[in-house]
Amino acid sequence: MKLLATTALALTISATSALAAGHGACAADKTLTEGTLTIATGNPAYYPWVMNDAPESGEGFEAAVAYAIADKMGFGADAVTWVRTSFDEAIQPGAKNFDFNMQQYSITPEREEMVDFSLPYYTSSMAVLTTQSVVDGGAEATLESLKGLKWGAVATTTAIPVLNDVIQPDSDPLLYNDNADVNAAIMAGQIDAALYDLPTALYLSAVVVEGGALLGQFPPERSERPDQFGLLMEDGNPLKECVDAAIAELTESGELAAIEAKWLAEATGVPVIE
Amino acid sequence: MADTSSQNRAAELLAKTPTRREAYEADVRRRSNRIALISTVSVVLAIIVLVPLAPGWEAVQRAFFNGRVFAATFPGLLDAFLLNVMIFAWSAPLIALTGLAIALCRDARAPALFPVRLFGIAYTDVFRGLPVVLVIYIIGFGVPGLGLPRPWNSPYIWGTLALVLVYSAYVAEVIRSGIDSIHQSQRSAAASLGLSDRDIMRFVVLPQAIRNVVPANMNLFIALQKDVALLSFIGPVEVFRQAGVYKSLYANFTPYVGAALIFLVLTVPATRYADYLMNKQNRARS
Repeated sequence: MKLLATTALALTISATSALAAGHGACAADKTLTEGTLTIATGNPAYYPWVMNDAPESGEGFEAAVAYAIADKMGFGADAVTWVRTSFDEAIQPGAKNFDFNMQQYSITPEREEMVDFSLPYYTSSMAVLTTQSVVDGGAEATLESLKGLKWGAVATTTAIPVLNDVIQPDSDPLLYNDNADVNAAIMAGQIDAALYDLPTALYLSAVVVEGGALLGQFPPERSERPDQFGLLMEDGNPLKECVDAAIAELTESGELAAIEAKWLAEATGVPVIE
Repeated sequence: MADTSSQNRAAELLAKTPTRREAYEADVRRRSNRIALISTVSVVLAIIVLVPLAPGWEAVQRAFFNGRVFAATFPGLLDAFLLNVMIFAWSAPLIALTGLAIALCRDARAPALFPVRLFGIAYTDVFRGLPVVLVIYIIGFGVPGLGLPRPWNSPYIWGTLALVLVYSAYVAEVIRSGIDSIHQSQRSAAASLGLSDRDIMRFVVLPQAIRNVVPANMNLFIALQKDVALLSFIGPVEVFRQAGVYKSLYANFTPYVGAALIFLVLTVPATRYADYLMNKQNRARS
């Protein structure tokens, strides 16, 4: 039995390293620093994407996915370096200081003209974050009811087109720099509701926003342009094919789904907005 | 008679033919104009020729000067700029009035009014010393957080208040320098005519003081036009924020260049006008 286990382990290890070597060849000479994979994330990186703002721990959905991709590309955990960038740094022209950048970047055709995206690693619902007092005030998970609310959102997200095209609120939405500012506005009662990707909204309503509540969600399968997250790379980065191969493999093998199940909460309880 | 007419002719002749000195000066002038023209043209040419030779120029051009993105976003930016103009339009008079009031506080000379004077000093010290963004954040999110009902928690109201607080401190200092520039002898003279302290300030000191500081205040109002954009931190979607939204949608910085152009169209004439006022004042003084 022990022999069997050892053999199986040895087989697995050799198989993994063979696989890694195969992909390693793909990524050779294509990374910023030979032998290391430099991954960028936000500053700060938010829960539940990265736990405790420490991507090095591999905890949190994006951190775990990053290490899984690195592994498939032939980079061990010790061969991964993390850097921090803002959105603007990620899209600025000129040399980049990362191989790929991972902070819930939604893939859109407009953006794709300026930068490269990998295959999507997550498809998100858009969710409506509000407070219990607004719900008590009669807000419902219907477009009709949503139109009448005072809206807010983070200005750099793809929530803005959804707000303007799908919800079309009666009054102009207020836009903010980051999650913290939106939450401040909700708590100050300046806005009734804010549009976030579902995992962020779940976290904010449960932990950050006092009396926070989720009014409903726009599931991706009903959206014309579902919100898909991809790794952002410099336009024409040769590493793209290796990253795409790694993500495709993770998706097919179900590993990606397993990571998702581990780090992102089930969202079945959130009503769907008709 | 003949004598005078010949004298006149001589004078006319003198006026028509330039003296050697005038000829020399005209020559120098032409020469310097020529040099200025050549140097300007060569600098501009060097920029036009050399910058595109830089290896990253194409990427920079695509990210900052993208015609397609510019065309798609500029109308939206113009729309958003209306909000800037509105915020500016209601802030500027409030700032002027508050600034004047604070300046008068600082000039309160009666001993009983010392607390007022102290208030003026503390006000300018605090609000001149704080970054505008910080005041906008603290007041824009803090005051509504106290639980004010709508519409009294609007970011427009409290953001405007933040702008007024900070800028009136600057304006107050400028006006105070104007008040200080009016010599004490004028107050004494007015007092000897029987004017009250109030009337001295109103009819003698302020009219001259304000006129003296108009150019300096113009500068502040140009700065205010740009700082209105900081209100976007607490929600209002003015031109800077709208440009940021387009930037993230297109992953392209061109909308910022569009916003910059819109700002320039407004601020350059204002700056020129301030310069003109300042020159006029200098000429009047010399």
